[in-house]
Amino acid sequence: MKSSSPLKWFGSREGLYYLALAFLLAVILPLVLDPFRLNMVGKYLTYAFVAIGLVMCWGKAGILSLGQGVFFGLGGYCMAMFLKLEASTPEATAIQSTPGIPDFMDWNQLTELPWFWEPFHSFSFTLIAVIGVPVLLAFVIGFAMFTRRVGGVYFAIITQAIAAILTILIIGQQGYTGGVNGITDLQTLKGWDIRTDEARTALYFVCVGMLFLCLFVARLVQNRKLGRILVAMNAQEMRVRFSGYDVAAFKIFVFCLAAAFAGIGGAMFTLIVGFMSPSFIGIVASIEMVIFCALGGRLSILGAVYGALLVNAAKSGFSESFPELWPFAMGALFIGVVLAFPNGLAGLYRSYVMPLEDRLFKRGKAEAQTSAEPVATTASAEKTDDYDPMINTYSPEKS
Amino acid sequence: MFDGYTSSELMSIFAMQGFAGLSLFSVFVLMAMGLAIIFGQMGVINMAHGEFMILGAYTTYLTSSFFQSYLPGLFGGYFFFAIILAFLICAALGALVEWLMIRHLYHRPLDTLLATWGLSLIMQQAYRSIFGAREVGVDLPEWMMGAFQVTDLVELPINGLFVMIIALSIAVAVYLLMYRSGWGKNVRAVVQNRPMAEAVGINSAGIDRATFALGCGIAGIAGAAFTMIGSTGPSSGQAYIVDTFLVVVFGGAQSLIGTIISAFGISQAQSTMEFFLSGSMAKVLTLLVVVGILMLRPEGLMALKVRR
Repeated sequence: MKSSSPLKWFGSREGLYYLALAFLLAVILPLVLDPFRLNMVGKYLTYAFVAIGLVMCWGKAGILSLGQGVFFGLGGYCMAMFLKLEASTPEATAIQSTPGIPDFMDWNQLTELPWFWEPFHSFSFTLIAVIGVPVLLAFVIGFAMFTRRVGGVYFAIITQAIAAILTILIIGQQGYTGGVNGITDLQTLKGWDIRTDEARTALYFVCVGMLFLCLFVARLVQNRKLGRILVAMNAQEMRVRFSGYDVAAFKIFVFCLAAAFAGIGGAMFTLIVGFMSPSFIGIVASIEMVIFCALGGRLSILGAVYGALLVNAAKSGFSESFPELWPFAMGALFIGVVLAFPNGLAGLYRSYVMPLEDRLFKRGKAEAQTSAEPVATTASAEKTDDYDPMINTYSPEKS
Repeated sequence: MFDGYTSSELMSIFAMQGFAGLSLFSVFVLMAMGLAIIFGQMGVINMAHGEFMILGAYTTYLTSSFFQSYLPGLFGGYFFFAIILAFLICAALGALVEWLMIRHLYHRPLDTLLATWGLSLIMQQAYRSIFGAREVGVDLPEWMMGAFQVTDLVELPINGLFVMIIALSIAVAVYLLMYRSGWGKNVRAVVQNRPMAEAVGINSAGIDRATFALGCGIAGIAGAAFTMIGSTGPSSGQAYIVDTFLVVVFGGAQSLIGTIISAFGISQAQSTMEFFLSGSMAKVLTLLVVVGILMLRPEGLMALKVRR
């Protein structure tokens, strides 16, 4: 793509989509919703990080990971460990038999902090670990699998097994991890109480900001040659390999990228929700994350955000009023998104709403011409320049 | 982890846990057989396999209640009716699912995975609505209770033995069907080269449907057998699905022998380690070892030699 000035980009159609999302998340929702609901939207948004990662990894590069919950959870646990240590000062835990260690360790007869908890006293280490730990694990898995050309369903099953392993491990090692309850009772972040309404609203905006950061990183990747190679690899892996590209390296990269996004999402989740538990990591949670991405449209990073928001909002809505209907709706969603609209919401938008938009744009252009303005409208000029994330379509007919 | 045990004690521990592992082995074999057919032969991931198994289990439960109320004289033999019924019901549902859903997705294996996951959610919730969230169990007929005393330490419960016999007979039957019958030859032909198989007049769509139905039917038998050794709840199937997939992949997807060997290895490793470690650590270690080996040898234990 040509380098265009940022200002012009915001006037383009793609820019408008991003602006609309930013307006919705940063202006409309905070105005309309009370702090409790806003906090819930913040929680849904943390899943959008995972969904964006899945768009890159599954939608673009064709690597279906059923273990994104692992990376989400690792990021979340790193943050939770830091917050828990901050909450477990010797003064606050004076009634324990060993003051200064988290309460669940004391209940499990641990007398000193395990070695891997030690570094989480440092906030800067935690911030690095939130991304570093998931990426490291993703790199190890990716390196082992992709250099041996394992892909497709085998990869999906093995990532699912890893999600199972991590869940069982966390539940089993109660003294070190908090077990099935997870790490709860988190209070302050560097002395700042995260449980107040103001703090939660502030964290919501931090989450929106981080989300846009991730969106722009993802957009950067997809618009470069890198992104095109990922798509090419998905369609014709052999041809890309024979063209001299190291397919495994690209796959490892995109898998690590998705893991990094998921890790950030997990850390934000811990901050916003105030605890972390193995139920957000396991097989069921991980595979639900795929549906966020699939509903939004597996090729659209913006769609992924809407998908995560919608599915989670529907889930809370259903669970509040008809809990027994939700699994049916969810199951139907899985089947429908695969059989009826494989391009998800983005695909529906493109086939039904975009033609209307086109007509609108055209009318604008006609008016501009009648008023004898000498320039072609920016909209039509930009359209050819900018890669539109909604343009490329997932075609199920490929082999 | 072996500290404080004498070698003779260790021997009997291994023997005891080995026999305990055999019952897990039978469950693995029964579940993995159906999966191995569907996944190995068709390349389709059926995430709802566990739910088909539970359907078989509920069929058995209903049959046993029916026999108890209306045919108490024949109660000793209800299980054989239940097995046949479970097979037929699951196979019929399997054929329906194949026709409605799977056949549109053969060229998209990852999407099949998601669609069948959706199916499994729906089936689970349906069981919960119909049978309730509580686990149900069946009454065993008289002749299936009790145990054989092999040595002082080792005893074999008859129901466990019976399940093992079912597992092995299913394995043998599947082997004969796949490798010694004309139909099996057609299936393998379609797997190896679909266009050529069609060219020589094999109805490949029919083969697909029958294969899928057969796999689901075997899951139903697995479920029926499962009721003999445990109780059934709406989400019991999900608990086994990851293990079973690992069994199939670990064994080498297209090899039935490999599936049996890996089911044996995994169940024995897990059951032996359970004695020395906590149950969860035993499971973690087993799964880690399996995943580790799969990373080094992605084609599984008994790989079909194919040139790519």
